[in-house]
Amino acid sequence: MLPAEIAKLGVEATTDVRRALREADAVNVLRIQFERMNEALIPSIREYARYFGLTEEKLADIPAGLVVLHPGPMNRDTEIAHEVAEANAGTILRQVSNGVAVRMAVLYLLSGGEGQN
Amino acid sequence: LRLLIRGGRVVDPATQHDAVADVLIEDDTILAVERNLDASNARIVDARGLVVAPGLVDMHVHFREPGFEYKEDIETGSRAAARGGFTAVACMPNTNPVIDAESLVAQVIQRGNDVGLCRVYPIAAITKGQKGAELTEMRVLSDAGAVGFSDDGLPVESARVMRRAMEYATFTGRPIIAHCEEKSLAAGGHMHEGEVSTRLGIPGMPGAAEDLGVAREVRLAEMAHGRLHVCHVSTARSVDVVRRAKERGVRVTAEATPHHFTLTDEAVAGFDANAKMNPPLRPESDRQAVIRGLLDGTLDAVATDHAPHAAREKLVEFDRAPFGIIGLETSLALSLEVLVRGAGMDLLTLVDRMSATPARLLGLEAGSLRPGAPADVVVFDTEAEWTFTEADVGSRARNTPFFGRKMTGRVLLTLLDGRATWESPAIRARLGVAVGVPAKKDRSVEASAS
Repeated sequence: MLPAEIAKLGVEATTDVRRALREADAVNVLRIQFERMNEALIPSIREYARYFGLTEEKLADIPAGLVVLHPGPMNRDTEIAHEVAEANAGTILRQVSNGVAVRMAVLYLLSGGEGQN
Repeated sequence: LRLLIRGGRVVDPATQHDAVADVLIEDDTILAVERNLDASNARIVDARGLVVAPGLVDMHVHFREPGFEYKEDIETGSRAAARGGFTAVACMPNTNPVIDAESLVAQVIQRGNDVGLCRVYPIAAITKGQKGAELTEMRVLSDAGAVGFSDDGLPVESARVMRRAMEYATFTGRPIIAHCEEKSLAAGGHMHEGEVSTRLGIPGMPGAAEDLGVAREVRLAEMAHGRLHVCHVSTARSVDVVRRAKERGVRVTAEATPHHFTLTDEAVAGFDANAKMNPPLRPESDRQAVIRGLLDGTLDAVATDHAPHAAREKLVEFDRAPFGIIGLETSLALSLEVLVRGAGMDLLTLVDRMSATPARLLGLEAGSLRPGAPADVVVFDTEAEWTFTEADVGSRARNTPFFGRKMTGRVLLTLLDGRATWESPAIRARLGVAVGVPAKKDRSVEASAS
């Protein structure tokens, strides 16, 4: 599921969620698109949730202060456990709201709007 | 009627001739290639400083007729060929209807003859309707004039059918010409899968899809003792598969296109649908491997995969655009740029890859300036600098990523059976007497009469 040759873009990629969490200041969880399931990318939602989903159990050893983000809409108990989503609802909802404003700004600029300066 | 092409560098791989000489043509036939031939009673073309070679042969074009004349037809395709120095082309059968019957083979040949700007040879389908199930009547089609068999664009999915096709085609002595691709791996992709596709967010087609296809067809050809020609090789691994197959005696040949040895997948970065083709443009390492393959003969021929599409079909989102670009007008200039000046290929080898060898692979009477051969000749200037623009296109289509590119090396004169089918304004001044393009027939009159 990782994009081809992602490392060439200058990022380190890992499929080890626990390791990624240990080294992160913030984690942005993206929605798993159920419509992609027919491409045989993963065997099942159950398996994906168990090994890649962000759960309280995976966060247990992570020091406080990790910022959990999700652009929404969320598949609860799939990529993000219900409890984790609730505990971080403040940041997640703010991200969703801000995302609307950012999209509006990008569309405005792309369609010829003038920036303020 | 005699024509003397005087003082050019005559490059003819069939006779290993690469030296200054005169070429004397009588009517439609080469009479002699020697120094200081007698010019009396002959019109003269002053070719000093120019290269004189057998007319180029493109074994992989799409002229879209019948069925897709809005993209290209045999007349506009032939015009593109003539401008590019080509005197013979082999047309792929993915028309509508598919070229899978004797009458359709005959129709393509007839139309090519009527137009008279280029020898047009049909490649017939491997399976009826290119559906991958039933074999076409290959011997009938071969006897009718098909020069090979291909389901180009829709590779035969079943290995069993492909095996049978390769076995059966041996009765005709003609090659199975295979677009090699594992469709189940490449499906849904629109460009090479790699760093650039990741950056652009365009679904990719892995190089392995081509490698798997080539490996399968090579192995089947080996088992079936068939003759296989691999279309448009674009990856380093596919070049390797062909190289190793040749080493162990498999009857396999292969071609490469100018766009694959000139451009990389970076050309897609502006979402230019004219950089979209199948196989897709690949990374630099693959491009280099293709060039090496052409240099060492692993890849036998340069072929354009000239694939015209209407402007409106390409002026859409990248993912929705059809695959393919035109290539006849730019093939020689790009080959001179990348293979000769860029990679040190000698002219004799280049002309071999672009004329003698493709002619031999398809069993065509073309690709040589031997006395007695048809007077199919190209005269080109390896040093002429020009910028490729729409005005240089003979095709009905304009789908090329090369507009605006500075080219060095230009076709000045193309002769088919001793008649000029393309004459650049630049050479008119060098003609003792104008050769003159034959008047075009009025096709509307013919059509209404029939």
